[in-house]
Amino acid sequence: MSLEHIRNFSIVAHIDHGKSTLADRILEVTSTLTEREMREQVLDSMELERERGITIKAQAVRVEWKGHQLNLIDTPGHVDFTYEVSRALQACEGALLVVDAAQGIQAQTLANAYLALENDLEIVPVVNKIDLPSADPEGAAAEVADLIGEDHERVVRISAKTGTGVEDVLDAIVERIPPPAGDAGAPGRALVFDSAYDQYRGVVAFVRVVDGEFRPRERLRAMAQGTTFETEELGFFSPERTPTPTLSAGEVGYVITGLKDVSRLRVGDTLTQDARRAAAPVPGYKEVKPTVFAGLFPTDSDEYPDLRDALEKLKLNDASLFYEPETSQALGFGFRCGFLGLLHMEIVRERLEREFDLDLLVTAPNVAYRVMTKAGEEVEVHNPSDFPREVETVEEPYIRATTIVPKEHVGAVMELNNERRGRFDHMEYLSEERVLLTYDLPLGEIVYDYYDQLKSRTKGYASFDYDVLGFRPGNLVRVDVMLAGDPVDALSIIVHRDSAYGRGRALVDRLREEIPRQMFDVPVQAAIGSRIIARETIKAKRKDVLAKCYGGDITRKRKLIERQKKGKKRMKQVGTVEVPQEAFLAVLDLNGERR
Amino acid sequence: MSGSRAPGRGVRHLYVHLPFCAHRCGYCDFVTLVGRGGEHDAYVDALLAELALERRRLAPRVETVFLGGGTPTFTQPEALERLLAALPDADEVTVEANPETVTPALARLLSRNRVNRVSLGAQTFHTSLLSVLERRCGPDDVRRAMHTLRDAGFDNISLDLLYGIPGQTAADLDADIESALSLAPEHVSYYELEAKPGTRFTHAHGEELARQAEAMEGYFERVVEALVGAGYRWYETANFCRAAREARHNLGYWLGRDYLGVGIGAVSTLGLERRRNAPKLAGYVSALARGQAPPREVETLDEETKRRERLMLGLRLDRPLPLASVGAAVEPTALARAERLGLAERRGASLVLTPRGRFLGGAVTAELMA
Repeated sequence: MSLEHIRNFSIVAHIDHGKSTLADRILEVTSTLTEREMREQVLDSMELERERGITIKAQAVRVEWKGHQLNLIDTPGHVDFTYEVSRALQACEGALLVVDAAQGIQAQTLANAYLALENDLEIVPVVNKIDLPSADPEGAAAEVADLIGEDHERVVRISAKTGTGVEDVLDAIVERIPPPAGDAGAPGRALVFDSAYDQYRGVVAFVRVVDGEFRPRERLRAMAQGTTFETEELGFFSPERTPTPTLSAGEVGYVITGLKDVSRLRVGDTLTQDARRAAAPVPGYKEVKPTVFAGLFPTDSDEYPDLRDALEKLKLNDASLFYEPETSQALGFGFRCGFLGLLHMEIVRERLEREFDLDLLVTAPNVAYRVMTKAGEEVEVHNPSDFPREVETVEEPYIRATTIVPKEHVGAVMELNNERRGRFDHMEYLSEERVLLTYDLPLGEIVYDYYDQLKSRTKGYASFDYDVLGFRPGNLVRVDVMLAGDPVDALSIIVHRDSAYGRGRALVDRLREEIPRQMFDVPVQAAIGSRIIARETIKAKRKDVLAKCYGGDITRKRKLIERQKKGKKRMKQVGTVEVPQEAFLAVLDLNGERR
Repeated sequence: MSGSRAPGRGVRHLYVHLPFCAHRCGYCDFVTLVGRGGEHDAYVDALLAELALERRRLAPRVETVFLGGGTPTFTQPEALERLLAALPDADEVTVEANPETVTPALARLLSRNRVNRVSLGAQTFHTSLLSVLERRCGPDDVRRAMHTLRDAGFDNISLDLLYGIPGQTAADLDADIESALSLAPEHVSYYELEAKPGTRFTHAHGEELARQAEAMEGYFERVVEALVGAGYRWYETANFCRAAREARHNLGYWLGRDYLGVGIGAVSTLGLERRRNAPKLAGYVSALARGQAPPREVETLDEETKRRERLMLGLRLDRPLPLASVGAAVEPTALARAERLGLAERRGASLVLTPRGRFLGGAVTAELMA
């Protein structure tokens, strides 16, 4: 098809503003799917995505509308996947910016709008859910129009749920979004904006062809990584995989690579023909690095090999997941994992537990620290227990946090951000009622219970998003926890010196509550280096007997003792102290730690 | 280990279960039957028939006989006397009694039938706490029963007492101990009230018991301290005695000896066989009337299990437990740890718990058990 008749677009929206419903409706209206075939939210293929209302992996679907080929490129809807979103947007010429008529602009609406503008996309503003009783379509339309500098009248009002206005959206795509540019005769260049792993066919790359033409059985090269492979099949989704003899400039589709490892073909890389290489790749490739780290341990140590296998399998589909073996005295064998953010961590954890039926213990998440040791050596630390006790300087990652709240909650947000060592950057009224605030905050303060606090202090009205700014110096210390004098490695934390006492105290109190009394006194201490900053004692039990035991009771009492014995065996041994798994879970559970 | 299991010697401890009660107390989970006056005779017939079937297992000279319940002294006097008269001679013959059932006539009946020890279920001397327990006697009944038994010449009387009754204060407990001591019993059993699953009592008071659980540490310490202070020997986790007045029958259990139990719900341990008679009266009586053994469950023990039981039971006693008798049931590293923590001591080839170890006896046993 000629470039003139192709439109490539994405839908960007805040969580739950109706992106997936609109995508479904587009498939239905363009008869890509009949109603009978219609499965709710086809694009969100993973069970988990549907439940959480977010999309983790982008996919692309081709539909026909009034003689045009429309390629809908789905994007992940969360801050952790900003890079993936930006690559998906780079594959488009336009984007539908969907805003909930009842909620108006939210933090992710902004982040996505800015990303779209940065990629020079034509933005088609859409106000969704106009059928809701609480909807304010005109207010929401005004907000979104002002945001992108568009005429209020050009905002498309729809209800994706009922289908009202969906045809107008399709018309607007054809009319307003420019066709792709590209040189079909030039050496091939295809932007990889996502990939997935198919257990039978290996890595499937989702691509936007920028220049040239691609065919099956060609030897291709990923220009940034240098990976080469022979294309097994090309095609597009409609929405099922549909093979085609060519994919040419302007088109969107998939490439079956036969590669066995997603990490060999990263998002953002450019494919070209190995025999006739393009001069330069599509710009913008970078290697994403994990920002949040946590230890994952099986609650049953026998499940360690299962956890290893599960991580290997997940990694096939998720190039941004990082892991390496970790051994903890307290928790046994596990893995230190790196994630793109807290949500990514939650998704990985849930998939491990749900799809692989594992019971996991996840340690408190932390960020990466750049430490200059007294010896003048620079190290990057991903695990608090590796944090050197003697440091010269420490740097920690900072973010630019954007929060949108009703004006009555501005004070609460400011207070929270100040508590979290935030530096005020900017404030602006989006409307009479709603305020946008930006702060610079240490990422380490976000991974510790920030979302829950923000939510509860603003009664759920705040929306939040962030960009990573880079590393900045911080006055950070390592706090260790000891039971009967023995350090519990899994509970070490890195905190700002000013909150060390409070956090140490909270950990000690929590442990004292959670660890059952032993047959001897157990001191519980928090320390910075050799200095004790908090101490409690778990007093020894004074009585543990079976009241009576006569001829008729012996079997039953023996079984009681045997059960008690078994219970002891399940405990984790920290030095001389027996700690039930649940105690670690309770202490590591951030919600429980802070009250 | 226990010589009683050597062939030819026979079982030296006999338990007889008399299930009848005037009333079933809320906390009780024993096999009991309320009233059933018309069936006492038939039950005694059945008991004697079962005993006849099992007689060959008994040693020529039985050491102890124990009549437990239920309320054995609630059994109709003629039936009770007929039973007692037919039981084998023994060094110690104990009958459990509820205070309100003890009359001069009963005391004489017991005495003339060679009963030489009475275990009196006093529980507490507080009227309000007795009513929480749904006991039918009052505090004065306990005193009267004690005097009646003394008058009849009984010189080996045990008082059963409870601590941890919902609503019982530390002062109540002290007063109970004092009342008990003033009666100068030869033996005291002092139990923590257990909320046994499924009982009416647990349903009514379970939460209260859970709330007061921590206070029970102090109560147990008070009990031990007061009785030891008064010259009693804390010879078993929950039992105290004057010199040479141990409950010899129960000691048989704690030493891991074989015992024969007859009656509904009664348990016997005979070598590696443990069996429990079914708890239904009708099935028991009718089987024995036909000359057959009563319905029962049999559990087969192995040597290893026996050793674990020997460990569990032996550590309840103040006397050293020969390590040879428990062998591999003790984990050596755990033993070393318990010694380090001051909970257990090795004395020659034996093992004994320290006083602190005895207060933690259940946990220490679980720790030591391989």
